[in-house]
Amino acid sequence: MSISERIKQFPYTPIQIAMHLYAWSALVRMIFDLFTNHLTANPIEAMEQLTGRHTLALLVLSLACTPLNTLFGWRELLKRRRALGLYALMYATIHVIIFVNLDFGIAWSLILQTVIQRSYIVFGSIVFFLLIPLGITSFDIWKVRLGKNWKRLHQVIYFAAPIAVLHYALATKGDIFHLTGNIEEPLVYGLVVLVLLILRIPFLRRFFSSFRSRVVSLFFRQNSQRKLGTQKRLEDQRIRE
Amino acid sequence: MENNYKAVPILSSEITPKSLYYNRRDFLRAAGILTGSALLAACAPSVSGQAVPTPGNMAAYAGKTDELGAPLNSYEDITNYNNYYEFSTAKDAVAPLSVNFKSHPWSVAVGGMVNKPQTFAIEDLLKMFPQEDRIYRLRCVEAWSMVIPWQGFPLASLLKAVEPTSDAKYVAFTTLMDTTQLPAEASSFYPWPYTEGLRLDEAMNDLTLLVTGLYGDPLPPQDGAPIRLVVPWKYGFKGIKAIVKIDLVDTQPETFWKTIAADEYGFYANVNPDVPHPRWSQASERRIGELTRRATLPFNGYGDKVASLYQGMDLKLNY
Repeated sequence: MSISERIKQFPYTPIQIAMHLYAWSALVRMIFDLFTNHLTANPIEAMEQLTGRHTLALLVLSLACTPLNTLFGWRELLKRRRALGLYALMYATIHVIIFVNLDFGIAWSLILQTVIQRSYIVFGSIVFFLLIPLGITSFDIWKVRLGKNWKRLHQVIYFAAPIAVLHYALATKGDIFHLTGNIEEPLVYGLVVLVLLILRIPFLRRFFSSFRSRVVSLFFRQNSQRKLGTQKRLEDQRIRE
Repeated sequence: MENNYKAVPILSSEITPKSLYYNRRDFLRAAGILTGSALLAACAPSVSGQAVPTPGNMAAYAGKTDELGAPLNSYEDITNYNNYYEFSTAKDAVAPLSVNFKSHPWSVAVGGMVNKPQTFAIEDLLKMFPQEDRIYRLRCVEAWSMVIPWQGFPLASLLKAVEPTSDAKYVAFTTLMDTTQLPAEASSFYPWPYTEGLRLDEAMNDLTLLVTGLYGDPLPPQDGAPIRLVVPWKYGFKGIKAIVKIDLVDTQPETFWKTIAADEYGFYANVNPDVPHPRWSQASERRIGELTRRATLPFNGYGDKVASLYQGMDLKLNY
């Protein structure tokens, strides 16, 4: 085989490689910082915050795949959603383990008292317990077993993601509802999640995907005529699902 | 320099509850996570950020503890883990960002309902009021704490020098308002400048300190240079930094965090494990440098000196 043929046969796309590197980078960096004492004077809190923020970032990225495809026709992103979601679950699990084990030393009575008094932890627990079945059913065999309901189950993420942002916002020294205090980062995450959810509203989604094909047709007349047919058919299929 | 400040023997409330202690150990042993914990314990939980030059006479503080026997936190931890939102909301970013803060020349204007209002230069304050060594616990509202060797003088000395009138009931403090020195004061999410206040009897208590030094050296910028307030039985946010104005007033002054969220941060802000923050518990805290959490003490362990100030007050209402 020539080199160019080998390159074409290489099974991983650049996006895939970038995604896996990005996903693992936070954990690698955190462990490195931990052992080189770069995690502030309160390393347990720093690790809780790092894993929590990375979970949210990964959730947002997985939510962004479909709208990015709607807007720009970037089909490959649709295949990356599962990995991003599972990485989010991985970091969420590490986040919970650090809280339960390192922060509270698995003192269940103290944990219970804390969970009840700390409302943001209740929200965090909800997100975590919602992510678990999503993770378990992320395998293809479950698409067969659940049929239509698989998609409905996984749409739970549209509820879980805003709750995750709320968990973050309620954990800081600020008032997200009055926009005062230390809420800039949760606010940005909240706005991004809101936009990503709005872009899924069916009539908006149709508007943007047809907008895209019309823009494409402006610049690429002949190609677009051919593509439009199949693309439109596939798009309509996906929207109806 | 020593003063009237007396040591108190270890209280039983200071000791970790037995159930907590054994419960945790058994599980750790069973799960084999003890190895992991040992690994973490091996890494001295210090921090590396902007290296602040270590004070010259660290040896004078070797082995010192607070009156309950807890060791001092390291200079590195105290100067690299700061809540000073005028610079940054990231605790380890404050030190490098505050490196060029100009704390000289500096003056504090003391006025309001006093017979002798005056503006003191920082050098005058250091000359008029001898600095004392005080080791205090600082308990943040975020549920972490440190043991810190401050140098300062009682606020009471300054107030006696300006002679408050009989109308004065509260003391109000204001931080420098200058975005060239404190850049994040440009953020519109906060009601700058930082303000704080105390009731007059709280301000006259011997524990209340105007602090100018740390570990024998002048306060570094990230800890509130050149002069800050320390009220050890209250949450750390009462300890206003970079003070430029002290006023005696007759109505309860507005305070920064109370303006941001009045249902969460009150005027009194006394450390109280029985009064939770609306969104988190105040029953325990993480002493920086320790692996396990501690039970929080009422009035941060200074109850014997200050509880009498609040006799008859409902501390759940007056949080």
